Amino acid sequence: MTFRGGIHTPEEKDRTKGLPIQTAPLPPKVVIPLSQHSGAVCEPVVNKGDVVKKGQKIGEGKGPVTSTIHSSLSGKVVDISPHPHPFGSSVLSVVIESDGKDEWTPVLKENEDYLSFDTQKLKEIVREAGIVGLGGAQFPTHVKLSPPDGNGIEYVILNGAECEPFVTSDHRLMVEKSSEIIEGLNIIIKILSAKKGFIGIEKNKPDAISTFNSQLSRPTIVGTPNSQLEVVDLNIKYPQGSEKQLIKSIVNREVPADKLPVDIGVVVNNVGTAYAVYEAVRYGKPLIERVITITGNGVKEPRNLLVRIGTSFDFLIQNCGGFAGEPEKVIMGGPMMGIAQYTLDVPVIKGTSGIVVFLKESTSPHPSLQRRGLRGDEYLPCIRCGRCIDSCPMGISPNLYGLYAERGMIEGGRDFIDEAQKWDVMDCIECGICSYVCPSNRPLVQFIKYLKSEVKKKTKNGKR
Amino acid sequence: MEKDKKSEIQLLLTPPPHIKAEESVRGLMSSVIIALIPTTITGIYFFGIPSIVTIFVAAVSSILFEFFYQKIVRKENTISDSSAALTGLLLGLNLPAGFPWWGTVIGSFIAIVVVKHLFGGLGFNIFNPALAARVFLLISWPLQMSTYPKPASIFSGLVPAGIKQGVDAVTAATPLTVVKTIQLSHDLSRSIETATKISWFDLLIGNRGGSIGEVSVIALLVGGIYLIYKRTITWHIPLSFILTTAFFSTIAHLVNPDTTANPVFHLLNGGLFLGAFFMATDYVTSPITKKGMVIFGIGCGFLTVVIRQHGSYPEGVSFAILLMNMTAPLIDKYLRQRKFGG
Repeated sequence: MTFRGGIHTPEEKDRTKGLPIQTAPLPPKVVIPLSQHSGAVCEPVVNKGDVVKKGQKIGEGKGPVTSTIHSSLSGKVVDISPHPHPFGSSVLSVVIESDGKDEWTPVLKENEDYLSFDTQKLKEIVREAGIVGLGGAQFPTHVKLSPPDGNGIEYVILNGAECEPFVTSDHRLMVEKSSEIIEGLNIIIKILSAKKGFIGIEKNKPDAISTFNSQLSRPTIVGTPNSQLEVVDLNIKYPQGSEKQLIKSIVNREVPADKLPVDIGVVVNNVGTAYAVYEAVRYGKPLIERVITITGNGVKEPRNLLVRIGTSFDFLIQNCGGFAGEPEKVIMGGPMMGIAQYTLDVPVIKGTSGIVVFLKESTSPHPSLQRRGLRGDEYLPCIRCGRCIDSCPMGISPNLYGLYAERGMIEGGRDFIDEAQKWDVMDCIECGICSYVCPSNRPLVQFIKYLKSEVKKKTKNGKR
Repeated sequence: MEKDKKSEIQLLLTPPPHIKAEESVRGLMSSVIIALIPTTITGIYFFGIPSIVTIFVAAVSSILFEFFYQKIVRKENTISDSSAALTGLLLGLNLPAGFPWWGTVIGSFIAIVVVKHLFGGLGFNIFNPALAARVFLLISWPLQMSTYPKPASIFSGLVPAGIKQGVDAVTAATPLTVVKTIQLSHDLSRSIETATKISWFDLLIGNRGGSIGEVSVIALLVGGIYLIYKRTITWHIPLSFILTTAFFSTIAHLVNPDTTANPVFHLLNGGLFLGAFFMATDYVTSPITKKGMVIFGIGCGFLTVVIRQHGSYPEGVSFAILLMNMTAPLIDKYLRQRKFGG
């Protein structure tokens, strides 16, 4: 079972897939943005000059969709001001200088008896621990675990596909922390009263698949009987780890356009999120660290590291031996959907799965453009080869969006927005495949983002 | 110091994705040109030096027209994407060997300037440029366009047939022309069956009258399979085109065996394989979805048989593809692929 479309990208995971997770050294300071989740930005609950402990809450959000933020080391708050955020803009951040002691806050509570907790209490722990989707979307997990009334959840799926090239953080976590992840899955299943749990892993991680299978061959650990859990080996295909495509591959259900997985009785969480849930529920640990992969041909010693939220990219790259040459691009996340950074002063946030560094030659323009002496941002007209249409996992029409966007930007017409909307531009998941396959080097994802923002603007104005 | 060093680093900011597939427009065009090599060689083998001249004039004049057109209208030069070279090659292969050179140049002008660039250039033309030029020439100079030199048998010696015959090659009516002549004259003294007696072997290797690149079914098949293997094209258009031609010519033959040729004859004659693999599959002028491609191929096949049976021209492949070119935007509009969750 699989989804339609998708592509095979180079995997590039060999650099780090066999390297055990190492703990990054204590950074001298951390910059912790108060927005590391979708929804309302947190308000700081500490002041400049305050002394904080590791795990102490430093930011809290108001409203239904938000999260909490904690200090990832012990030390002193030296600044609360906007700082560069890996998403591109500046975000209010709490800067904490380490006191070198790395002391935990005393309020943490271990819960050996967590199995007896009721759903509400478990959700409260998840919320208080500031857990968000660690796959990159950073959607607050406690919200995901609170489906609207009447939405019975049948399946919980853990996303261990890790289809982005280069990145191996989930892979290593699955190999090294499988029983914790299974316990996290059990807790999520309990919260949602789901019938069954799946762990979906791409076939290029056979060690992770066999680790889970041997864990599950035992009748039960605690909580959910293991017969209700299943490991699913997934085709190696990008974007296998996209929520909708993953659901299709595992339970053969399609999330209708403008619906959510909960509407068809499914909840998907990243394997890292499940691990964080277990750590929070069992040990009371808030989400202050995560595993990331630092890799690419631009890094001397690629690694999988357990890093504190707020550690700067610069510190971590230095910790991996520094640059292996002249870097051209530093990407947060994988090369398909990751975000290029303009500075190394950005911190690791909850949604950071990796840092990929490319040397000058590897990100140079597309070979065909190079031969013609064109720059990377130059592109040719659409020749209607159909590659974007064939490989689009959403079954929509990227070629047309390119034409509409060009028309809209050049002629300034408005009807192209309606046309793009009619052709389902809003269904796009921005996986990047269309840009990747386009022989004319057309920046189709960019065109689509532009159209989407125009459609949103229009609907907003229409409502007023 | 450390701070200074860091701020020196200039990082490239571009939107995702940060990696790209190798395929390029030029690569795709080049693979089609490579796929045309077998049929070019067989064409030259059978029709000799005049065919080399025709192909050369078509290719060079196409490239030059693109170059000078873009110079005049001050557009960026695009001859390096190889699409003009491909159009020129296809035009040459669509002409009879020995076609007057000035006619070939006019054909290139029609293809590159009128059909391609006046419609907006690569990606925006409605009609297949080479094919539209062929039809323009056919209508304008029907005599020259239907004067096909006679190929010599492959067994006539080591010297390539066409070269031996030279420019004074005897001309021959194509088998399809023979059929059309009989159909139009209502002269049943010669049955279609005997008049079209030509061995399958000769048809397969291309030992028959026709335009330079259309005669050798084997060479075209080799090129076509190469394109499918390289994923430059898919099977959808060629297969549906050829099967539909087979289907309707079978029906026509069953209904009227006296005045129609048999389906095998229809498949192996005329420009069907050149059209199905190399002309109808042109990205720009054919539908973009797989469903649409099948409909397009069926339409091409149906129209080909209709024109061959009922039109005044003996061959219908070119007209059929051009007519279907016009329907491609409509097919795309109404045959969208199914969207996820839709």
